Amino acid sequence: MNLHVTASPHVHSELTTARIMRDVLIALAPAALWAVVAFGANALLLMAVSVLAAVGTEYAVQRLTHRPVTVNDLSAAVTGLLVAMNVPASAPWWLVVVGSFFAIAIVKQCFGGLGHNFMNPALAARAMLLACWPSRMSGSAFTAPTFWSGVDAVSSATPLDLLKKGLVGDLPDVGSLLLGNIGGCLGEVSAVCLLLGLAYLLIRRVISWRIPVIYVATVAVMTFLFGGLDVMRTGVHLLSGGLLLGAIFMATDYTTSPLTAAGQVIFAVGCGVLTATIRLWGGYPEGVSYSILLMNVATPLIDRWVKPHVFGVERRRGKHA
Amino acid sequence: MPDLTFKGGIHPLQSIHHGKDLTSGRVTRTLPPPAQVILPMASFIGAPAKPIVKRGDTVKMGQLVAEAGGFVSAPIHAPVSGKVAAVENRPHSNGKTSLSVVIDNDFADTPWEEIRPYPPVEDMEPQEILAAIQKAGIVGMGGATFPTHVKLSPPPGTKIDTVILNGAECEPYLTADHRLMLEEPGLVVQGLKAVMRALSVSQGVIGVEVNKRDAIESLRSVIGGEKSIRVASLKVKYPQGGEKQLIYAITRRVVPSGGLPAAVGVAVVNVATAAAIARMLQTGMPVTQRIVTVTGPAVRTPGNLWVRLGTPFSACIEACGGLTGGELKVISGGPMMGLAEATLEVPVMAGTSGILVVPQEKEIASSGRCIRCGRCVEGCPMRLLPTTIEQAARRGDYETCRRLHVMDCLECGSCAYQCPAHVPLLQGLRLGKAAVGKLIREEKAKEGK
Repeated sequence: MNLHVTASPHVHSELTTARIMRDVLIALAPAALWAVVAFGANALLLMAVSVLAAVGTEYAVQRLTHRPVTVNDLSAAVTGLLVAMNVPASAPWWLVVVGSFFAIAIVKQCFGGLGHNFMNPALAARAMLLACWPSRMSGSAFTAPTFWSGVDAVSSATPLDLLKKGLVGDLPDVGSLLLGNIGGCLGEVSAVCLLLGLAYLLIRRVISWRIPVIYVATVAVMTFLFGGLDVMRTGVHLLSGGLLLGAIFMATDYTTSPLTAAGQVIFAVGCGVLTATIRLWGGYPEGVSYSILLMNVATPLIDRWVKPHVFGVERRRGKHA
Repeated sequence: MPDLTFKGGIHPLQSIHHGKDLTSGRVTRTLPPPAQVILPMASFIGAPAKPIVKRGDTVKMGQLVAEAGGFVSAPIHAPVSGKVAAVENRPHSNGKTSLSVVIDNDFADTPWEEIRPYPPVEDMEPQEILAAIQKAGIVGMGGATFPTHVKLSPPPGTKIDTVILNGAECEPYLTADHRLMLEEPGLVVQGLKAVMRALSVSQGVIGVEVNKRDAIESLRSVIGGEKSIRVASLKVKYPQGGEKQLIYAITRRVVPSGGLPAAVGVAVVNVATAAAIARMLQTGMPVTQRIVTVTGPAVRTPGNLWVRLGTPFSACIEACGGLTGGELKVISGGPMMGLAEATLEVPVMAGTSGILVVPQEKEIASSGRCIRCGRCVEGCPMRLLPTTIEQAARRGDYETCRRLHVMDCLECGSCAYQCPAHVPLLQGLRLGKAAVGKLIREEKAKEGK
């Protein structure tokens, strides 16, 4: 019999980083399955290649820099899947390889690895791909789901593109928006699948409701007030583009969002205001990625300003500890 | 009325009912006194006691063997009669050694001649009760072992109006207080009355977590129609028994940072301490025994035992069927705040509420890498930022630790329990506390010059 002596506490919850990441993967599963159903085999190829590239990059970088290999925590797999979900179905396989490599090697590992990156790696990769290969990441790169038509993929403007161009008459109906019979990136088209993922994450207490609900609500209020007081248009804003994918799976990234509840509220409102601003008045039809990335870099500042009120300490006005 | 509680906190080991099912239904057995008792002079917080006996002396049960080492200290009495075998350093449950009086038991339990029962509490003056508590060397039996007479001597200028008995027993696995309230509710209530009288207070509350429904009922039946005393049912949440959390839950009063409960007019005493006071007043005999929960997955037949003070852990564990083998951790107290022991020869003291034996936990992937999930912040009952403080402490930035109120940390371990990356958060916080404490002492010394 051996007696171990360590400091308290002597028990821990069963929750681990790996279990959290596994839950995120499970929550992404409905949207991933839908992507395969709607866009066909290339979607499956892109997701598989992207996950392999992300995990492989993490493994290689950690081996080359003589640090412990932590691919078992599944965080690289989550990043890889999210990178694939953020490209159009027409993307070539090498695009997601470049994206996942950039996300893991540059954005994550160069800044210290898990917990230290200052931007969401998958979103930073998306922004990089959009800047380097705009024709493969936007506009005519988007194809309509082939599930219904049965024909080969054809270019299809996204609902947000139509809104931007004022082609309101061509907008899809609510059923298509909810199910995902619209053009867009792999993981973003089906609102129902994404909401299923949200429900799972909330039930498993992986994330709190604050960021996704407040983010989406802010976009709803702003697009309704400034988008012509039109319920239909507001609905298109909420159900298409990357809003749900971003609000549920990327704005909630622990590392790049504030630690405290109050900080998370500020973060979510900020994401919402920026997204609505870009979509309504900006040059791009879509603004989710840039909004979250901007709030990512504001996060250290929010954490500096917003601190919980320590029990038993008198509140001091206007003085930030 | 909904169950009372505080903000923050956690639910440790909820899936196995906080580990309490192992022993909560076990009636307390009396462990036969051991052949030898070991009485450490540092059996409580404060200055260690000073031995007044030497090797070869004959002592009787209840006889004074060491006198208090100051005001914040307590005397120590023999829990058995017999002969002093040694006055020497022995292993202490804090991991160090402590000067200890070791007595060979003659198994006669011959009481000391000077033991006299006290008159009924109602006939005693407050000062007399306080003096009796001080003379008997009663210390907090909830685990912190602060001398009780000091707790009941509020600083000048403060007025106590409420006495709270702490029967929360929020530590997983422990059921010693639960069994005490169930089996000896009369002693608990009598002890509360004595403390209320010692402080001239007319309001007494016993706070009990609702997972001890039977204990709440047994206390209520003893209290009957008494107006000045009530039982408050508390939500099951850790650390509900933390002094500041308990006071807030029951009175909504907030003990200021760095302040004592007296600052908000409250005195908190553990239920076991109250029962010990009551028994001491009835018999005149100082505390000679306490209930110890001997439990955990690695104990063969877990149970609750009345144990003579000074009994080695090994005897308690043997009485519970011994241990399963393997890589184990023997903990004095509960799993959240208890101390891991390197030897089973350490003795049971007044604050030893449990002996817990658990298998050693395995390391997990990503150990120690914070993912900023915020669970430590959510769980902190003091609403600190554990991960931020821990990182500051590790890089030696103690000014930041201080600004983030590290000194308010009560070391409950909620943060570390919750952490999915198993960051040793509490160790970091302790590091910060030690360094900031040193800074503060140095500043005070400078000001004093």
